[in-house]
Amino acid sequence: MATLEIHDLHVSVEAEGGPREILRGVDLTVKQGETHAIMGPNGSGKSTLAYSLAGHPKYQVTGGTVTLDGEDVLAMSVDERARAGVFLAMQYPVEVPGVSVSNFLRTSATAIRGEAPKLRTWVKEVKEAMERLSIDPAFAERNVNEGFSGGEKKRHEILQLELLKPRIAILDETDSGLDVDALRVVSEGVNRVRETGEVGTLLITHYTRILRYIKPDQVHVFAAGRIAESGGPELADKLEEEGYEAYVKGGATSE
Amino acid sequence: MAAETIPAGSTTDGAIQVGQPTDARLGAIASYDVADFPVPHGREEDWRFTPLERLRGLHDGTAEATGGVRVEVSAPEGVTVETVDRTDPRLGKAGKPVDRVAAQAYSSFEKASVVSVAKETVLTEPVRISVHGEGGTAYGHQVVEVGAFAEAVVVIDHTGDATLAANVEYLIGDGAKLTVVSIQDWDDTAVHAAQHTALVGRDATFKSVVVTFGGDLVRLHPRVVYGAPGGEAELYGLYFTDNGQHQEHRLFIDHDTPHCRSNVAYKGALQGKDAHAVWIGDVLIRAAAEGTDTYELNRNLVLTDGARVDSVPNLEIETGEIVGAGHASATGRFEDEQLFYLMARGIPADEARRLVVRGFFAELVQQIGIPELEERLIAKIEAELEASVA
Repeated sequence: MATLEIHDLHVSVEAEGGPREILRGVDLTVKQGETHAIMGPNGSGKSTLAYSLAGHPKYQVTGGTVTLDGEDVLAMSVDERARAGVFLAMQYPVEVPGVSVSNFLRTSATAIRGEAPKLRTWVKEVKEAMERLSIDPAFAERNVNEGFSGGEKKRHEILQLELLKPRIAILDETDSGLDVDALRVVSEGVNRVRETGEVGTLLITHYTRILRYIKPDQVHVFAAGRIAESGGPELADKLEEEGYEAYVKGGATSE
Repeated sequence: MAAETIPAGSTTDGAIQVGQPTDARLGAIASYDVADFPVPHGREEDWRFTPLERLRGLHDGTAEATGGVRVEVSAPEGVTVETVDRTDPRLGKAGKPVDRVAAQAYSSFEKASVVSVAKETVLTEPVRISVHGEGGTAYGHQVVEVGAFAEAVVVIDHTGDATLAANVEYLIGDGAKLTVVSIQDWDDTAVHAAQHTALVGRDATFKSVVVTFGGDLVRLHPRVVYGAPGGEAELYGLYFTDNGQHQEHRLFIDHDTPHCRSNVAYKGALQGKDAHAVWIGDVLIRAAAEGTDTYELNRNLVLTDGARVDSVPNLEIETGEIVGAGHASATGRFEDEQLFYLMARGIPADEARRLVVRGFFAELVQQIGIPELEERLIAKIEAELEASVA
């Protein structure tokens, strides 16, 4: 069973006047089949955690460990992490002009699976996955994320999640900017992947709204670069009513 | 290359300059005689991007012809291939040389090659012209004449090593269709400077595809003039500029006739230290050219540090009675965020780079519309990328 273990993770970014520490000792264990919601105010370091796990070069790990089934994730390059089963659905997916969605998906699936998917079954697989997410088939021939609306970008991220079948899925504010219909479609996609029991999910969100559709096993409140409180789903209800104020006071970073 | 050889006005380290439009006609000497042009020194608008010391004397009269460039023409039935003297009346009809190197070529060539397609002849096979350098210095002259309502595709392949200055003329009869593909697949030691001048007849269509991969220095000057209304010109270009290469494409479209169209799309990728691409797109819409429709585009993709691009679109309009006129120039870097996104989906860095470059060129390659050539170009682009990864 895949287990992602984050221990005492410290991460800095380059800023004017030297490195600035964003993550200040994060401890978290996510097992296959579990869903963890990470909630917190803006600037608490949620997205930094997501990008650090995926290996974005902007973020410097200054301390701590991240392992996937005992393997040192921090020693892996970005593509190695993805092939090891770590998937990041990005808050702001990047436009890649000139690369069609169909070409991108197939290249990616080939890399992740270690061999090119059989063309006939692959075409069907993509088509069905797109239908489930209400993605217009014409998208296959469009350039990756180019001219996509916010909702289309997010659906495209979840399409990749469904096709690439990671062991650990990190969803970075996948709910932001979505209307209710899009949120429902995206959540259904995430739930289909969760229901396989094969993925551990780290659901990063600012709002409790998405938790009506995706039920977490555990909720963690992120503040000032670390987990300030952990609990069951009831913790989300408390946040819904009281907001983050109790966590922001005296300690949160400004960004 | 030492720092002092970087031409004034250029930018370095993968930076980008998009120039301000200047008057397309400024300094426009046009003459068949090299003596009418002063020797350029590098500060002239026409020459400021070109490293003159790498022209091997083509610009200052010191490059003596030694031969060593083999030209072979293979043509299907319906095509006449001739080697003619300087006095042949078909020479120089498309237009005069407009810079000293082109005038030097015009003043120095001994024999010209004329390829003619009789009127109303529709070729089903391309005419193939192979220009192969064997290390010498040569001045060339090529005429391609397509009669009224004829249709032809001509592929000119440049390979090997040479120092070559040349003029190529395209005479396109009324209602005719000519597609010319000029491939600069030189060895990395070659120097090639040429003016391509197309005279487009009434309701005729001219499509030019310029593909530059090789050479130490390649400087091409495709020009279009319209002999009568209704002409259409499509100019496509693709270049892949590597380590130390200077590849310069200077286009001029002279809309002096009503109701003509032009469309220009050039795309280039650059990689490696001192790779330098220059694109100048001059379009002039003269007062008489009512109903003109023109668009020009240049896109560059900088893959590594140390490469530089100078891209100068220049549109000058003397009449408001036109259908449309526009230009676009953009130079982008293969960005770290794009690389991260692709790698975060398991795709290794070199494969990600290939994916993006293939994608960058794909649309242009499709527009060319010659399937056999498309495959060759894609293979060549792959090879260029492999070389960079290795």
